[in-house]
Formats: sequence, structure tokens, C-alpha cells
Amino acid sequence: MTSQAELDKLIRSDYEAGFVSAVESDTLPPGLSEDVIRFISGKKGEPEWLLEWRLAAYHKWQQMPLPTWAHLKHPPVDFDEVSYYSAPKSMEDRPKSLDEVDPELLRTYEKLGIPLHEQEMLAGVAVDAVFDSVSVGTTFKAKLLEAGVIFCSISEAVHDYPDLIKQYLGSVVPQGDNFYAALNSAVFSDGSFVYIPKGVRCPMELSTYFRINEAKTGQFERTLIVADEGSYVSYLEGCTAPMRDENQLHAAVVELVALPGAQIKYSTVQNWYPGDENGKGGIYNFVTKRGVAHENSKISWTQVETGSAITWKYPSVILRGDNSVGEFYSVALTRHMQQADTGTKMIHLGKNTKSTIISKGISAGRSNNSYRGLVRISPRADNARNFTQCDSLLLGDTCGAHTFPYIESRNRSAMIEHEATTSKVSDDQLFLCRNRGIDPEKAVSMIVNGFCKEVFKELPMEFAVEAGKLLEVSLEGAVG
Amino acid sequence: MLEIKDLHASVAGEDILKGLSLTVKAGEVHAIMGPNGSGKSTLTNVLSGRDGYEITGGQALLEGRDVSELDPEERAHAGLFLAFQYPVEIPGVSNLEFLKASLEATRKAQGKEPWDAVTLLKKAREACKQVDLDPQFLKRGVNEGFSGGEKKRNEIMQMLLLEPKLALLDETDSGLDIDALQVVARGVNSLRSPERAIVLVTHYQRLLDYIVPDHVHVLAGGRIVKSGGKELALELEQKGYGWITGQPEGATA
Ligand SMILES: Nc1ncnc2c1ncn2[C@@H]1O[C@H](COP(=O)(O)OP(=O)(O)OP(=O)(O)O)[C@@H](O)[C@H]1O
Ligand SMILES: [Mg+2]
Repeated sequence: MTSQAELDKLIRSDYEAGFVSAVESDTLPPGLSEDVIRFISGKKGEPEWLLEWRLAAYHKWQQMPLPTWAHLKHPPVDFDEVSYYSAPKSMEDRPKSLDEVDPELLRTYEKLGIPLHEQEMLAGVAVDAVFDSVSVGTTFKAKLLEAGVIFCSISEAVHDYPDLIKQYLGSVVPQGDNFYAALNSAVFSDGSFVYIPKGVRCPMELSTYFRINEAKTGQFERTLIVADEGSYVSYLEGCTAPMRDENQLHAAVVELVALPGAQIKYSTVQNWYPGDENGKGGIYNFVTKRGVAHENSKISWTQVETGSAITWKYPSVILRGDNSVGEFYSVALTRHMQQADTGTKMIHLGKNTKSTIISKGISAGRSNNSYRGLVRISPRADNARNFTQCDSLLLGDTCGAHTFPYIESRNRSAMIEHEATTSKVSDDQLFLCRNRGIDPEKAVSMIVNGFCKEVFKELPMEFAVEAGKLLEVSLEGAVG
Repeated sequence: MLEIKDLHASVAGEDILKGLSLTVKAGEVHAIMGPNGSGKSTLTNVLSGRDGYEITGGQALLEGRDVSELDPEERAHAGLFLAFQYPVEIPGVSNLEFLKASLEATRKAQGKEPWDAVTLLKKAREACKQVDLDPQFLKRGVNEGFSGGEKKRNEIMQMLLLEPKLALLDETDSGLDIDALQVVARGVNSLRSPERAIVLVTHYQRLLDYIVPDHVHVLAGGRIVKSGGKELALELEQKGYGWITGQPEGATA
């Protein structure tokens, strides 16, 4: 067998998380209007100001054109075909503990290898699990509260911590920031809220697992993390979705606020259904993630993106305060017909600000993988530094890798370095491995993992293992 | 150990090996010499099962098994090892990680007991020492940024750990300084045993001062055109290849 044929086989393996859970849902008919927004807001018992906020976002969204600049090709999304609210039926009365959670739901998590009970005890990780649009299980709350850490769903936070929400919601990603952020602001269903008080080091890694489960149901998560002065938090986001034929829209917003001296580490492993070999199905993922870093603070985004048919995602940092640091570490793997246009924006406003961008793109099959990154140094950002390294790895000849770096420097003292490479898993590398007794499947996964090493080492331990496994599964196939 | 009978092979549609025959018995060391482009690397690649190298006639038997029936990794498990003329880099994959994968797979296939992490590290350090390679190299990416000579020593280091039955060394001496040449030769010699065989491809008699071959062959135009004992190498050094390749009719195969 030629190595090309082997590679093809490797990347054709089936989606492991492809199953549909049978939880009944209470779903709104498709289409968006003021009434739909009122329904969502009413269902959540939201205060008037938030309804107004949503409506204002909706009106902005109506005026906005669809962004077309990304290196992505897909049929237009019919926003009237999308259903904007769905909640598992058994959730009408919020379960008080995991024991009250629909067993089908728990089984879904188990199939994904996320047994909540075990995680609570073994990993010491607090899990705010989002199933469709409503949070169903929040754990370790007591322990976190002891440290003064707030970790709950956004809906809860709206009721319990209205001042914090009022102050920070939309403070990083304004309602009208972009088309998808505006849509999210109008209809966001739920998501996580985190607040770490002054000087507190969050005693555990906070983790949310997502899962999109309703056909044709858009998923509009909203996450807000506020790290008060001198605090530290590491947040993990991981997701996977069942196999489906219809394209599912996903437009999330994540806002991070790192107050002076704070550190936020945000890690994502994303494994939503990428669609089949012929590009049928798969999630459309349009995400706005942004953080504001005040003086002496640090925000790190680390992402491992292997899923979704379409990925449109640029986790960014606004380096507002002097001496603030922004980091972006990314692995994006595309195969089949997947398209990813992902990267970051580092906006240097403060003096002595520093940003690092390490992006690793792996393309296989007939996929397209683009890095798009902006580094902007404002006139008053003296001594700003950026280092960007952008590497692409091609598996086979039918895929594409592209790099779109934008550098805007308005301050002469800026130091900006940019490195970019494109390489292939070469026949020579494969042959060396095989000559040493290593089968091609293992060889490819080893080579790809080696390529991603600089990013994986930024992930929290458990996540790094998971990410390695995920790549292996994504590249896996019977080789004979 | 290795029996090659009237082997014909092509690369990219071009016939390179044209009726090559060679028998290597266990315990023997054979040296293969010959002009640039004569097919020496092609032979080692064909034997190892590299993609694109096609056997178009004849056969090669490794301990009686036709190699064309085995995938490259299966040949490795059967005890075949190729030290590359140009070892390739695998960035980000540490030497140790690579060795672990290699030894795990190979020892498993050979029914040998697996080495735990401590044993592996200990053995790998010893092997490094044997070829005068700093153990720090175990942490570096496979051949990543290694000098030419370091790459060659790294190949031999891996060979020492894998303990192959049949080792094919393709110009392992090229790029080595004089001291390194002796170190590598010592490493190779340490592997010499009645149950192993070694095939050395080289351009220089010098290596053969340190690894003394039982047989020397001249490969030209895709065939073995002359064979002899170790003194043949000396003769070649003095006279070059012209006197053999100029009169291929009279050459013995
Ligand atoms: N992939 C390939 N495509 C086309 N021709 C090839 C290829 N590989 C080898 N050849 C040709 O096959 C012939 C033999 O090459 P080979 O590398 O076996 O020679 P060699 O004896 O090892 O030479 P050297 O002493 O220079 O290492 C050469 O003419 C070479 O150009
Ligand atoms: Mg050669």
C-alpha cells in the first residue's frame, strides 16, 4: 500500500462521539423575532434591563451584514430555520443534585468518558455541565464558595449577582461587536459565570463540558470570567456533539476580564461533529472570545480544535494595562471537508506589553486550515513585544493550509517577530518510523503529536493527555 | 540469513537493480562498494520495503521469508535494520519517545519482554555512551538539528538497542570524523556475533580497517560485478572502479 493510501485511511476514521441521546426537549419553533427574545428572557425570569439589553443587540444584529472575509465556503445559514431555545424537559424543575439528573443525560456524559461522579471525586474538578442550553449540574459549589469563588450558570448569576453581571456583561465583547456576537447577545441561552475575588488562587481547575444535542437548535453559550486583582484561575472547556445530518449553528461568546495582577488561563478542547467525508453535516462554529488584560495581568488562551465543519474563531487579548501579557496557543486539526479559519488578535495598548502566538495547523483529507492573526501596537504602547510562530503540517496532497498575518505597528519601539513554516509528514519520516518497527498509524500520530508539542505543554495535565488522545482518535483508522 | 536471487527493482519506473544476487550468512560481515548512482542505496531501500521501490523480478529472502510479503515494520520485527545514508528529522518527537515506541513495538512482536521506563532509560543511556553521544540527545527531537556525524551515531545508538539480526548500514562512515569513525566501528563490532549479519555500504577502505569484512562486493550498473575478500577493498582504493566496470563481461558475480 502506498503511504498516501495509508494516510487517506488514517484520516477517514469515524467520529467516535456520534450518537444521539434520547432526552426529550422543549424546543421553540424556528425563527427569530422580538417575541422569541421575550420568550427566552421570560422563561429565565430575567430582569427588565437584561431583556432591553437583548433587544438592543437584536436590533443591532438586524442592521449588520454577514461577515464574508474569512477563508470559508459554506451555504448561507438560514437564520429563520434556526431554533433559538431548547431545554431538556426534565429541567423544568431544576435538579438539586446530580442524582436528580436525567439518567440518559448522565449516560451521554459517560459515553464521552466524562463520568461526573468520578470526576468530582478523583479529579477534584468542578463541573458546570451544559446540556443543550441549560446548566444541569454544578458541583463543588460549596468548596468554591468557601474560597469566595463564584462558579455558576449565567442565568443563576443574573439573579444572584446582578451587580457583577451588569458591570461586566458585554464589557469585553459589546453587543454590536460583530454579527455573531450580536446574535449571541440577543438570544444567549446559558453558559458559565466565574468570579475570583481579590488575591484568591482558585483552588481547582474549573471545567465545563458542552454538548449540542437538539437537531437544528442553535447553541448560544455566553461565558463570563472575572478575575479580580491578583487572583488566578484556570478554566477548561471541552465539548463534543452527536452525529447529525443538518448543520448546526453555534455562536458563542466568551468574555474574560483580568483585573490588575490577575491571571486567567483558558483552555479549550473542541471536538464537535466535523461532518462526514463528503462534508455532510457538522457544526458551524462562529465564536467570539476575547479578554481584557489590565496592568500586570496575564491572559492565556490554549485551544485544541479538532471538530466542527466550519470554525470561525479568534480568541483575542486586549492588552490594556501596562506590563500585561497575552498568549495564544493553538492546535487546529482539519480533515474530511472541514474548514477552519482561526487565529487571534493581540491588541497592545499598554506599555511593556507582551504577546506570544503559537499556532499549529494540521490539515488532512480535503480540508482547509487557515491561520488569521492580528498584532496591533498602538502609538502609546512603548516597548511592546510580540512573537508569532505559525506552523502548518499537511497530511496528503488534497488539503490546504493558509496563513493570513496582519501586523499594524504604530510605535517604533515595538519588537515584532513572525515565523511561519509549512511542512508535510514526509514519506521519509514515515519510513524511518516503520523501519524501526513502528506501524504507520502510530507513526503519524507520534509525528503529529510532536508537531503540536509546544502547544500541548501549555495545557493542564489531564487535558494534555486528552488532547493527545483526541488527535490520535481523529487520525485513527484501520491500517492493514 | 539473507539470500538475494537475480533481483530486479525499479524506482519511479526506472530499472535500477538488474539481476543482483548476493548471499549473506549469519555471523558474516559484507561490504558493498561501487560508484555513485550504481544502486547501493536502492538495494538497502528495496530490502527494507521503502515506498516506491518495486521488485520487478527475482526475490530476496530474509531467513527464508520473501521480504516482499512483509510490510516495512514487519521486516523490522523480523530483525532487519537500516541505518540511513541521510537520517531524517522528526521535530518535536524526542529520541527517547521514539525509542520507546520502536522498542515497544519491536520487542512485543519478537515475543521479548517489554522494558519498563527505568530499564529503557538505563539501556538508552548506555547505548549513547557506547557511541559517544551525550545522553542529553535522548531529550532532543529525533535527529532535530543534529550534526551529520551526530545523526549517524544516533542511528547506531538505535541499532544497539534494537539488536537486529541483519543490519544494513548505508554509508554510516560518511560525515564522521576520525575519532567518531572508531567509536562507531566499535559499536558495530560489539554487535558482531554468530547469529547476526552486517552489510556495510561504503566508499572508503578506511572503515574496513576497523570493521573487517568477510566479503567485499562491487556493485555497478545494478549488479554485483565483482566479489572478493577484504583485500579487494584495498585494490579498489588503489585502482578505482574503471578496471572492473570497464570490463563487466569478465567480472564474477
Ligand atoms: N526516487 C528516485 N527517482 C528516480 N531515480 C532514482 C530515485 N532513487 C534513486 N534513483 C536513481 O537510482 C540510481 C541509483 O541510486 P542509489 O541511490 O541507489 O545509488 P548509490 O549507489 O547509493 O549512490 P551513492 O554512492 O551516491 O550513494 C541513481 O541513478 C538515482 O538517480
Ligand atoms: Mg547511496
